[in-house]
Amino acid sequence: MNFKLKVWRQADHTSSGSFETYEANNVNANQSFMEVLDVVNDDLTKAGKEPIAFDHDCREGICGTCSCVINGEPHGPEDKVTSCQVYMRSFQDGETITVEPFRAKPFPILKDLVTDRSAFDKIIQAGGFISVNTGQAPDANALPIGRETAELAFDAAHCIGCGACVAACKNSSAMLFVSAKVTHLGLLPQGQPERNRRSLKMVEVMDAQGFGGCTNTGACEAVCPKGIPLEFISRLNRDYITASLMERPESE
Amino acid sequence: MKLDPKIPSGPLEKKWDSHRMNLKLVNPANKRKYKVIVVGSGLGGGAASASLAELGYNVKCFCFQDSPRRAHSIAAQGGINAAKNYQNDGDSIKRLFYDTIKGGDFRAREANVYRLAQVSINIIDQCAAQGVPFGREYGGLLANRSFGGSQVSRTFYSRGATGQQLLIGAYSALSRQIGLGKVQMFPRTEMLDLILVDGHAKGIVTRNLVTGKIETHMADAVILGTGGYGNVFYLSTYARGSNATAIWRAHKKGAGFANPCFTQIHPTCIPVSGDYQSKLTLMSESLRNDGRCWVPKAVGEKRAAHEIPETDRDYFLERMYPSYGNLAPRDIASRAAKRVCDEGRGVGPGGLGVYLDFAEAIQRLGEKTVRERYSNLFDMYHEITGENAYQQPMRIYPAIHYTMGGLWVDYNLMSNIPGLFVLGEANFSDHGANRLGASALMQGLADGYFVIPYTIGDYLANQKQKTPATDCPEAQAAEKAVREEIKQLLSINGTKTINEYHKELGKILWDHCGMARNKTGLTKAISLIQALREDFWKNVKVPGDSNNLNQSLEKAGRVADFLELGELLCRDALEREESCGCHLREEYQTEEGECQRNDEKFAHAAVWEYKGKNQIPVRHTEQLTYEEIHLTTRSYK
Repeated sequence: MNFKLKVWRQADHTSSGSFETYEANNVNANQSFMEVLDVVNDDLTKAGKEPIAFDHDCREGICGTCSCVINGEPHGPEDKVTSCQVYMRSFQDGETITVEPFRAKPFPILKDLVTDRSAFDKIIQAGGFISVNTGQAPDANALPIGRETAELAFDAAHCIGCGACVAACKNSSAMLFVSAKVTHLGLLPQGQPERNRRSLKMVEVMDAQGFGGCTNTGACEAVCPKGIPLEFISRLNRDYITASLMERPESE
Repeated sequence: MKLDPKIPSGPLEKKWDSHRMNLKLVNPANKRKYKVIVVGSGLGGGAASASLAELGYNVKCFCFQDSPRRAHSIAAQGGINAAKNYQNDGDSIKRLFYDTIKGGDFRAREANVYRLAQVSINIIDQCAAQGVPFGREYGGLLANRSFGGSQVSRTFYSRGATGQQLLIGAYSALSRQIGLGKVQMFPRTEMLDLILVDGHAKGIVTRNLVTGKIETHMADAVILGTGGYGNVFYLSTYARGSNATAIWRAHKKGAGFANPCFTQIHPTCIPVSGDYQSKLTLMSESLRNDGRCWVPKAVGEKRAAHEIPETDRDYFLERMYPSYGNLAPRDIASRAAKRVCDEGRGVGPGGLGVYLDFAEAIQRLGEKTVRERYSNLFDMYHEITGENAYQQPMRIYPAIHYTMGGLWVDYNLMSNIPGLFVLGEANFSDHGANRLGASALMQGLADGYFVIPYTIGDYLANQKQKTPATDCPEAQAAEKAVREEIKQLLSINGTKTINEYHKELGKILWDHCGMARNKTGLTKAISLIQALREDFWKNVKVPGDSNNLNQSLEKAGRVADFLELGELLCRDALEREESCGCHLREEYQTEEGECQRNDEKFAHAAVWEYKGKNQIPVRHTEQLTYEEIHLTTRSYK
């Protein structure tokens, strides 16, 4: 198969970028999209040009590093997969494929397709945890958790923190990401003591990082590689409202 | 090189308890006066950073990824072992200990492995308390599955994403400490050298991967939790960024490298589909709980899998190893797969594959149950191959997956360089010549949560001096060397890409130092690697410059290190004139093709000392003494 790749090139955060077009010929249908970028990059290197910078690591859809907008869709055309799990059989021979970074104000572009998503880490640092020091835990079976609850908690905890939800949202909202963590920990008995505090703190930092509000379009759910459902956002909203009513302001 | 394993005296089951009583403590008010550098944020490094910060130490944690949540521990699928005996099926600390030593073909240090089995119990408790959503039974209690090399069910799991869930647990504990200001996190930062002051590890030189800035960080101790070196083979199940640079550069500063030739090949990975291939994807060992491995009985079979009747199939693992069957350990299963493929009975393109078939399980349990257990693995298989494994068997083939070798450490997890500690896959300590499934997560977390917080105090309590300054002569010299190497890499401007060198190195190693090794091949591989390395420094092309994000430059440094490590791997394999675990020397095997150990000559860890560029390294040994276990021939028949 032969393709044209229209790729966003940008030197750094402060420069302005533009599209460049490259050819990728003799591509195997079972080649992954990232492997096509590898080949294009080797060609660019040999031609004395600078290769395309793009984020990727595990190449099996779990680390959450890869983050391309392919033909206008975060993570590309296939359902529930990351950019690294897009294979060329998903495209038409001869097609021009447009490749861009995740675009959102809280994710500044560092170079080409690489963005800075550390805003997500800051949200987790504000409250995406259960405060338990090493060595303090009781026996694991001392706290039974119903299977259905544990499975639902897993569904939420399966979020890979890639940021596709933010990239797909017209408001660059991080509500799906935050709701996944709030749901995961809020479903479990261990997570109850900090439940109110958690949703308040995480939402506070989410806002401070510049993520927009949620207007329920569901674009996030549609692109989430791990199928995190919109329903979790309602859980977050419920938790947040309850917490707002119950929590007393912290004295400075 | 002085190698004192510092194994505590007394009976095996009392060693860790009595050792903890004998370790010096740092009082809580003094802990905040110490700085600790942790390189790596996976299960070892992440858990250590969080736990040390909780104790009051000031931690600086570094990772090359854009977030500590992306460390490659995340990709572990199947599970984590612990001697909880929740299933009432006869498990115990001693049994987990024995299975691990036996699984490692009697090449691991007894005392370390026993401690690992002891703390395995605490790990599950800790992770559950953090909110890790382990698989559960309807009654709400934790569920278990079986894994290779064991006849009890002791593996805890979170569907097929156990590594992810455990890492998110460690990451959340780490994030909490970052939020509290006790850990300073440096993502997208790579360690490029270790700084020794008076022979002690006191700092590192790093490169900021976004700005290119070279910096020096000093501390009272340095911990490496940087994972394994399997990417030396180019194609592996590792993440593309996984590298050996931290441990290799520490090795070049004097840290002994133990058993580099103990590299694990995982039997169930998706086969290579073309020369563009950048990585191999694992299909969890847990699939062998219900999947059956087979190949056609006849050489050159042309029929599709479903057209081949039962009578024409060879369920080779069940045939060769009836008591463990499809759950034979990884080294054994990999070699069996290679053997049937070598006989010409392999399936799929190039005949390099065997079937992993779920038809019987689907008939026995129903598709719904199989889906519940493994759906994300079946989905992943479908994404990559476009094939539906509910309807046709998976095709799998062995691939490089884990490295048991690594930097030598004593019982305190300290290398022979005082103040340099090494955790998880980066060290050599617990898995001998072969790691059992679901034991990597166990070791990473054991080292990070439950060993290093105790043992580092003993070292620090003896360190009266203040942290050396970042502009001390040793730091300046190390920084200068790093800058010079970067400059050199960028100035070669040759004709071959970094990937081309890496692929070539990988092929040499896979051909001559892979699943089966022999003297002629290894000798040849050493000279091929030397020539390749020489060519690399003359003819590699590294585009761009050093003052910004330059992924080619990152890769160039890592491949330069692999080109040195690859040679050591072959040397170690050449010198170990026996077969054990994953190391099969064709000259030393039984008539049935099983490993023939030589306990008289090789019941030791081989520890290599770096002697300078292009110099022949020196091989030292740590004799393994077994107080509890009698060395036997491993049998899974």
